[in-house]
Amino acid sequence: MTTSTRTVAIFGGVYNNYLSLEATLEDARDAGADAIYCLGDMGGFGPYPDRVFPYLRDTSDVFVMQGNYDQSIGNRLEDCGCGYTDPRDNHFAQISYDYTFEHTSETHKDWLAELPEKFERQWAGLNVRMAHGSPRTINEFLWESTSPDPFLDRMLDECGADLLFVTHTGIPWRRELPSGRWVVNVGAIGRPPNDGTTKVDYFLAHIDDDVEIERRRVDYDHERLAGEVREVGLPEEFAETLETGWWTTCTGSMPAKERAQGPY
Amino acid sequence: MATDLKFEYLREKALSREIPDDAPAPTLELDSLDTLWLQVTGTLCNLACLHCFISCGPKNDSHDMMELSTVDDALEWARDYGVKEYYFTGGEPFMHPEIKTMIRRTLDQGPLSILTNGLLIDDEMAGWLADTFESSRYSLDLRVSLDGTTPEENDALRGRGTFEKIITSIERLWDHGINPVVTVTTQHAGAGGEAKRREFFEFVRSRGIDKPRLKFLSPFKIGREERRDRGYEDHERLVEGDLGDTGGEHLQCSSCRMVTSEGVFPCPILIEEEDARMGDTLEDGMESIDLDHPACYTCHVDGVTCTT
Repeated sequence: MTTSTRTVAIFGGVYNNYLSLEATLEDARDAGADAIYCLGDMGGFGPYPDRVFPYLRDTSDVFVMQGNYDQSIGNRLEDCGCGYTDPRDNHFAQISYDYTFEHTSETHKDWLAELPEKFERQWAGLNVRMAHGSPRTINEFLWESTSPDPFLDRMLDECGADLLFVTHTGIPWRRELPSGRWVVNVGAIGRPPNDGTTKVDYFLAHIDDDVEIERRRVDYDHERLAGEVREVGLPEEFAETLETGWWTTCTGSMPAKERAQGPY
Repeated sequence: MATDLKFEYLREKALSREIPDDAPAPTLELDSLDTLWLQVTGTLCNLACLHCFISCGPKNDSHDMMELSTVDDALEWARDYGVKEYYFTGGEPFMHPEIKTMIRRTLDQGPLSILTNGLLIDDEMAGWLADTFESSRYSLDLRVSLDGTTPEENDALRGRGTFEKIITSIERLWDHGINPVVTVTTQHAGAGGEAKRREFFEFVRSRGIDKPRLKFLSPFKIGREERRDRGYEDHERLVEGDLGDTGGEHLQCSSCRMVTSEGVFPCPILIEEEDARMGDTLEDGMESIDLDHPACYTCHVDGVTCTT
């Protein structure tokens, strides 16, 4: 979109994937983004947690929000607060959390603890709100098939927004509500969206007289990351997801409709 | 898991406290009406399970089936308000002659979960549900109750011969493309423990369902379950201060209400309990509630939520 006055990028769910983070930032900057918003969850399934921070800290164009994972790591809590109910999901989430906690340096934990929980902006006269899970709860899942229009309208009324960006679920979607307002779940850049591809997702907002939303799919060296997952001794299931594009863990929290799209 | 530790702590704390006889119950505001329950078949059921917390059965008509118009009124109110999700329960929801219409109308405005014993889901119904699931914009979940990994375990609570019928329904749904959530109450020995839970997962997987989905529910010592086992002890009630710093946000009644043919109630558990009725309409249900029933104690100390 070369005609827009300005372009901004919005992504979430890094999950220790410093390679997809690097690729996403490069793609966003190449597309002309002058501001890049990260909606949280730096830690998760991937290796070497400390490698994501140089890309996010002390960069003038990147604005970072706290996700539930960051809140837990930053405040030295004992689990990720992901909101899973399935024991199998919790088993893998705990392995992932314990590894991330152990390998995140104290200075980065302190930084995570101090991150803001929301961003509010005005673009083209629209009130824009960014949140991790939802504007009201950091770990609320806003899935496409379980977020009805009237409910989203109420949520936008309550926070006074015309355009809402969230992450947390890991699967992207966007919807124009009958009221003309928009909700965008930006998905995650840390693992593919359970669609059998290895690409990850983020969104651009092209701002002119109006705001136009564009979904971007990013390639990165997923084979290298999967190799490093194995190298540090994280579960094979985490590597498999990166290589196949299908979620092997944390599927229990998915609604039936989203889960039916994948083999697990 | 940290969540289990939290509720273990709450149980220990609740057991170790001393409650004056006149200690008042906590009051809980409705934060947001996210979950709307509809008791579509009232207390009418084709089974009479020994552990049912509302004594549902073929002869219990204390809550009659809901008229379609009553369901429509609740749906209209919920749409205007902005409810997030819907649940059908009973009784047995598939006994309702207009169940398909109710399912379609509800799915038009939000995600729906149906709590069923599965016995009335024949091939035609399974096929219709699968088509509806496939074509609807919002998600549809079927929750099928099963109370054991053997006929002996299950049938002792749910009735003779029900084990095979329930398994057949679960497999039928799966074969048509619906992965039901198998719901297990933890009445029988060990079902609350990790080992038995894994056994349930493996059992469901052994029946060809390779993505097992399970939900475990603590027993409520009311209704027929009170007569089967025992009721609540005197100390098993909530008093002011029990909810702690976080208030009642972990309680489902902070974000749900139940509509039956008889009116509006705080939650799916209390519909036969004295004084639980809040009024005729959902507007009446927006008031705060007193957590003065012993069943509220179970929700608090066991972290129970009836949602999937």
